[in-house]
Amino acid sequence: MDTIMALVVGTLYATALYMMLRRSIIKLVIGLILLSNAANLLIFTAAGLTTGAPPLVPDGASAPVGAVADPLAQALILTAIVISFGVLAFAVVLIHRAYEIVKVDDMDQMKDTDT
Amino acid sequence: MRPEVALPILIPLLFGAVSLAFWRSQRVQRWLGVIGTGALLWSSIVLLDATRRDGYLIMHMGDWAGPFGIVLVSDLFGAIMVVLAAITGFATALYSLASVPRELEKFGYYPLMHLLLAGVCGAFLTGDIFNLYVWFEVLLVASFALLILGGERAQMEGAIKYVTLNLLSSVLFLSAVGLLYGLTGTLNMADIAWKLGQIDDEQAGLVTVISILFMVSFGIKAAAFPLFFWLPASYHTPQVAVSALFAGLLTKVGVYALFRVFTLIFTQEVEFTHTLLLWMAGLTMLTGVLGAAAQFEFRRILSFHIISQIGYMILGLALFTPLALVGGVFYIMHHIIVKANLFLVSGLVYRLRGSYELKELGGLYRDMPWVGILFLIPALSLAGLPPLSGFFAKFILIRAGLETGAWVAVGVALLVGLLTLYSMIKIWGEVFWKAAPAGESAPETVERRSERSRGRDLYFFYLPIAGLAVLTLIIGLSAQPIYVLAETAAGQLLDPAGYIEAVLGVRP
Repeated sequence: MDTIMALVVGTLYATALYMMLRRSIIKLVIGLILLSNAANLLIFTAAGLTTGAPPLVPDGASAPVGAVADPLAQALILTAIVISFGVLAFAVVLIHRAYEIVKVDDMDQMKDTDT
Repeated sequence: MRPEVALPILIPLLFGAVSLAFWRSQRVQRWLGVIGTGALLWSSIVLLDATRRDGYLIMHMGDWAGPFGIVLVSDLFGAIMVVLAAITGFATALYSLASVPRELEKFGYYPLMHLLLAGVCGAFLTGDIFNLYVWFEVLLVASFALLILGGERAQMEGAIKYVTLNLLSSVLFLSAVGLLYGLTGTLNMADIAWKLGQIDDEQAGLVTVISILFMVSFGIKAAAFPLFFWLPASYHTPQVAVSALFAGLLTKVGVYALFRVFTLIFTQEVEFTHTLLLWMAGLTMLTGVLGAAAQFEFRRILSFHIISQIGYMILGLALFTPLALVGGVFYIMHHIIVKANLFLVSGLVYRLRGSYELKELGGLYRDMPWVGILFLIPALSLAGLPPLSGFFAKFILIRAGLETGAWVAVGVALLVGLLTLYSMIKIWGEVFWKAAPAGESAPETVERRSERSRGRDLYFFYLPIAGLAVLTLIIGLSAQPIYVLAETAAGQLLDPAGYIEAVLGVRP
């Protein structure tokens, strides 16, 4: 399972970076979206995969019994998803406004502020 | 349990929320901006004073003891950074009263400014690495919105690069946090440092890989070589008060994170990581200053100088001796005040002459000698002329470099100091000394139209500039107490065991 997840995460990172290196700003944002998902899956995998063992405390006990899934990693991912959702919503609006103002969908045409 | 640790975060959050409630009344928002940043300044000074007297101040959020809950830690370095953030915030809030056009103020300028400051102070005070990521995102979102306030073409183009590279950096940071959590099973920085101290040799290589991920991520935030390209593409585009706030604070949050992580957590392979940092520092200094030499626009020159100055701070970390760290901390103190002030001066020049292009400016010293003096104080301090603050900062670093025998780094630092002086003299000659170019008046812009129709005086331009210039003089003329403060802060940085003991209550 870990190997499959590692491959998925690696593919996601690679795809995201490839998309970000394209010139179109739409593809740039798609790249950013994939990138944040790749990071979330990475945390999920790195914290250890446990199947079928939710971290529930049985009646009368004060701690879960046996090995259970780590809830903290899931809390991290939840936070990261919310944050990346907000930030990506901003990015989508930004490229829309940028397209309206600059009138191109090409990063190569957006070099006025460089140098 | 020390509640004053949370105050510098809560105050800007509170004032941000209250100013949102007064969305329609810019007058209230404006004064809330000044009162809020003033209160932040007060609380930060209280915090610094308490930290200086009592050592580490700890606050467990929700009363969950570390390492399980999120913990706020104020050590001397963090407290100093909070004070500097508050000073910059207060100065720019005053400056914004006169410089930000009314048409733009109504899009939530002041609430965003409070949010940015809350994010910056949160990043300086948290003792939890995932919480650090959250504060980074808070300040990033606020900075995105401030950056594009006005919606001009240059701002959009700059913002796309700024947003993309900063999000990339955040994702790298998040990935590194995830891997670190997988390795140690904790997010508390003190606990991570402790667990990594006991790690077996088999996994030592993985720790170094993770440390490099952190280095790249914070290197992007700090605008270090070769990761700085977002900075000169965007910093000259927003409102000048925003530029000043960014120039003073944002890259320094990256530098702070580098200092924190590479003194507390990743000290296993100093030989490798800090040598890499040393190269990074030298090349950052050089490329920044050479980039500035090629520029002829006021704010672009200053933007490139931010990069070269970041190199000096990283140099302090990279040499990793007690004296070098003192130099690094001292340099940050000097730099934040001076750099924010230079941007404020560039805004004043723009207000007076209507341009940032050196070619279109001139003759300002003849008309207004005081503006020239106000420029010279931070400019010469940036270049490192005695007796101003920059001299002592550079002196400590170079002395530390000579003691460790890092001859090349010292040579680069001295050369870059000289080239900084060249850049500052260039601005002085073009803007203040040469005769004003004859002919056409400056182009009519939104700002100038609204300035004239309001007829506001320049009082709020001079006040923060003069205040920051006085601070520069104070740091320069009474360097001893500041040096002692930096020395104590650096002493704490070099004693991770003390930090761990303060946070977790056990000595490793």
